[in-house]
Amino acid sequence: MDKLDVIIATDCGSTTTKAILIEKKDDVYRQTYRGEAPTTVEAPYEDVTRGVLNAIQEVEELSGRQILDGETIITPARDNRGVDIYISTSSAGGGLQMMVGGVIQAMTGESAQRCALGAGAIVMDILASNDGRQPHEKIERIRQLRPDMVLLSGGTDGGTISHVVELAEFISAADPKPRFGSGYQLPVIYAGNKDAAREIERTLGDKTALTVTENIRPTLEGENLGPARHVIHDLFLEHVMAQAPGYRKLISWTGAPIMPTPGAVGLMMQTVSKQQNINVVGVDIGGATTDVFSVFDDIFNRTVSANLGMSYSVSNVLAEAGLNDVMRWVPFKIDEADLRDRIKNKMIRPTTIPQMLEELQVEQAIAREALRLAFVQHRALAVGLKGVQAERTLSDVFDQSEGGESLIKMRDLDLLVGSGGVLSHAPRRMQTAAMLIDAFQPEGITRLAVDSIFMMPHLGVLSSVNEIAATQVFERDCLIYLGTCIAPIAQGKIGAPCAQYEIGLPEGTQSGTLNIGDLLHFPLEADQEAHLTLHPDRNTDAGAGPGRELNTTVKGGTAGLILDGRGRPIVFAENQSERTDQISRWSETLDLYPR
Amino acid sequence: MAHAYTPGLRVTPQTLLQRQRQLPLKGEVVVSQGDSVTRDQVVAHTHLPGNVTTLNLVNILSCTPEELPNYMLKREGDPVEAGEPIAETRPFIKWFKTTVKAPITGTLESISKITGQVIFRAPPRPVQVQAYIDGNIVEILPEEGVIVETTGAFVQGIFGVGGETWGPLHLISEEPDQILIPDQIDNSCAGKIVVGGNLLTLDAIDKARESGAVGIIGGGIRDADLRDLLGYDLGVAITGTENTGLTVIVTEGFGPIAMARKTFAILSENNGKEASISGATQIRAGVLRPEIIIPESSIHEQTEESGNLGLIEGALLRVIRAPHFGQVGKVTALPPELQTVESETHVRVLEVEFGNGDRAIVPRANVELIEE
Repeated sequence: MDKLDVIIATDCGSTTTKAILIEKKDDVYRQTYRGEAPTTVEAPYEDVTRGVLNAIQEVEELSGRQILDGETIITPARDNRGVDIYISTSSAGGGLQMMVGGVIQAMTGESAQRCALGAGAIVMDILASNDGRQPHEKIERIRQLRPDMVLLSGGTDGGTISHVVELAEFISAADPKPRFGSGYQLPVIYAGNKDAAREIERTLGDKTALTVTENIRPTLEGENLGPARHVIHDLFLEHVMAQAPGYRKLISWTGAPIMPTPGAVGLMMQTVSKQQNINVVGVDIGGATTDVFSVFDDIFNRTVSANLGMSYSVSNVLAEAGLNDVMRWVPFKIDEADLRDRIKNKMIRPTTIPQMLEELQVEQAIAREALRLAFVQHRALAVGLKGVQAERTLSDVFDQSEGGESLIKMRDLDLLVGSGGVLSHAPRRMQTAAMLIDAFQPEGITRLAVDSIFMMPHLGVLSSVNEIAATQVFERDCLIYLGTCIAPIAQGKIGAPCAQYEIGLPEGTQSGTLNIGDLLHFPLEADQEAHLTLHPDRNTDAGAGPGRELNTTVKGGTAGLILDGRGRPIVFAENQSERTDQISRWSETLDLYPR
Repeated sequence: MAHAYTPGLRVTPQTLLQRQRQLPLKGEVVVSQGDSVTRDQVVAHTHLPGNVTTLNLVNILSCTPEELPNYMLKREGDPVEAGEPIAETRPFIKWFKTTVKAPITGTLESISKITGQVIFRAPPRPVQVQAYIDGNIVEILPEEGVIVETTGAFVQGIFGVGGETWGPLHLISEEPDQILIPDQIDNSCAGKIVVGGNLLTLDAIDKARESGAVGIIGGGIRDADLRDLLGYDLGVAITGTENTGLTVIVTEGFGPIAMARKTFAILSENNGKEASISGATQIRAGVLRPEIIIPESSIHEQTEESGNLGLIEGALLRVIRAPHFGQVGKVTALPPELQTVESETHVRVLEVEFGNGDRAIVPRANVELIEE
């Protein structure tokens, strides 16, 4: 491989284009400078490269390295001039919007959904033979949506032909047009029963830009999402990106294919999980959408909650969660009408920031609910394959979702990573840790981290070029370890003891009793470890089983160790004033806000 | 970040404006370049493909999909009338004959030998695009639409509901901080666009609609009233297709808030003039703000756009977030270093002096420039 010592990477988001410079120094890759500028895909500029050049220019000014020669990126790097490669991700213009189809909604429909989501798409609708809609309703819906592309699957190999051909007939009858470039044919990927491929070509070949690839569900027992995901990425570049303003030029600049932003983040999560052999959950909460990623036992899943976010969609979080669920996190009362107006004002002027403490607390309460709802949606999709015959024990029945076994096992979660403005830019890191714990409610021992400046997309696309560089920067500069959450699962009345603890901290051992409803905090630096012993009572499970002692080593971070006895789900006091006291107490323990 | 302030909405008494008027599908443009058009004039039309109805014949005829063509009386592409026989069996005993009739009038689009599905398409639906503003056709987009150009006053609102409409402006409030009272609205508002100063209450909006007004403009609206007006809680700001009976535009935001003086002055100067308005708002992926266009504006001076001057000392601005939400003042200082505000957020700030002489430190992200 050619020398790769200086790398410039950008992520073209819907509002901001972020550039980072990565340099190899003393044989180690480090992220050294960053710059950002407004994204320019819309009028009056309508050329994404403008924003890219502006962001790179900021990096030039800060680093003193000349990267641009007019509008050309200088390659390769020599001394303090130029870079060895330029790479980029993109979610500008609303990202990649797809419609997917499968014969049975819970089987091939869901596989198609997982395939598209994993490739970084927003799934606008799932078409299925059994989705309960009349044919004309399906056709009308396809016509209305104007997706960037369609992924059609259905039928295991050797299975049904007629049902999947019927779906193709609906797509053909709708004669859909792509979102960009009305003169172009809509890209359709067929990844279903191979025996139906010829009929699908006959039905859709003339009306759409059809690509046939391997079946995503060749058997009921297995998914094969890789080939279709590659086709999605190729078509994203060829059809979707190439239609967006300025992207043809951008594509010609990059040394590796441009990836959809969430696709790149997902790739990074998988790389980390594989290299450290851990289970990971990651979340990226943006202004409009919230992405959740998980890798459990090497199975990767990603979901996007299209209308859960902190600015454009903030009002929808309130609508979906309800006022009470948002306000339960806030230790004061606020007039409902006034709160609604404030939230709507944030929606119509999305770039404002909370100046008052009270406003910050409300915003972080909304973030907890947005994250919680997004994770609920993720858990619903991150399940084992449905339709597979499997032996089950009685205890499994309580952890099943319509036949698909949940893949998200909170007790097996090793690392929870947060990113996105409200988490990355919280004034105190402890606030980030608290939001993650309250929203995801990890069980047992879970390490918490935050993406310092949202560089996971850049590192994801970098990992496709140089995995070592990507993981070195990820470990050293991208992640800020917040600490560890220790949450025994207890049942009982608030105030009742549930476990005895001993923590061997560098300055001496601390021991005591953890009561139900308590939150305890022990400072422990990021480079420090502590030995933890928990003696749970017989109704409490600290991770080793009910009543069984747990001995382990835990790692610190900017927020230290948090011993959480509040139960799962967290038990709130029913009485309003008691609940306010409860929230204030938790907040004081963690020193969340200035007093 | 290079641009940490909201650049502000355009509010100008006289400007050159273009609007693209485009068909959803290719069709026919019925005006020519250079033509003078009126707001309600059709500039292009087309036909949207008709709705589709499907019928699976194999179950009805008790045959296999491959056999289906043998039973069809109509071929792909044939026109059909509702109730007309399209397929039938040919049993030995006529009594057992099964006949299938066309469910709609239209065209038989396809017959599938794989699924047995027969697809019918209803006749195309006509769609027209109107000029929306009085002006001249400056460009023809072949088969797709036109660009209309006009000179006039232009005001962007912050949020709206309801689509395009037009009518004479009917100013009721005398000052920009006056709240419209329903009693001030009567039948003289029919066909007009009612203009208030401050808050638009649900009662005032209802009264305007009952009086036959086509639109209503004010400084603010309460979210609770918006929810009652729409019948649901608006989650994401994508509007323009609501069935509210009239178009509603607010120029400043949610809650009681006085209309900016400049905006109010333009609307009051043009009281009685014809205006074209749209409530369509989209605050994501292609920002779209509601708008008021007055082609025959009474104010003829051409003003420079001051919005691109950016934040400078002396610039007029409005604070758009608590604690000084809605207050208007002038920039008195722009300290370059980051400062910590009450929420402990480190941000770029500015110092502002309000009309009453009070001064405050405000994050730059929380202000909006007002053009003078």
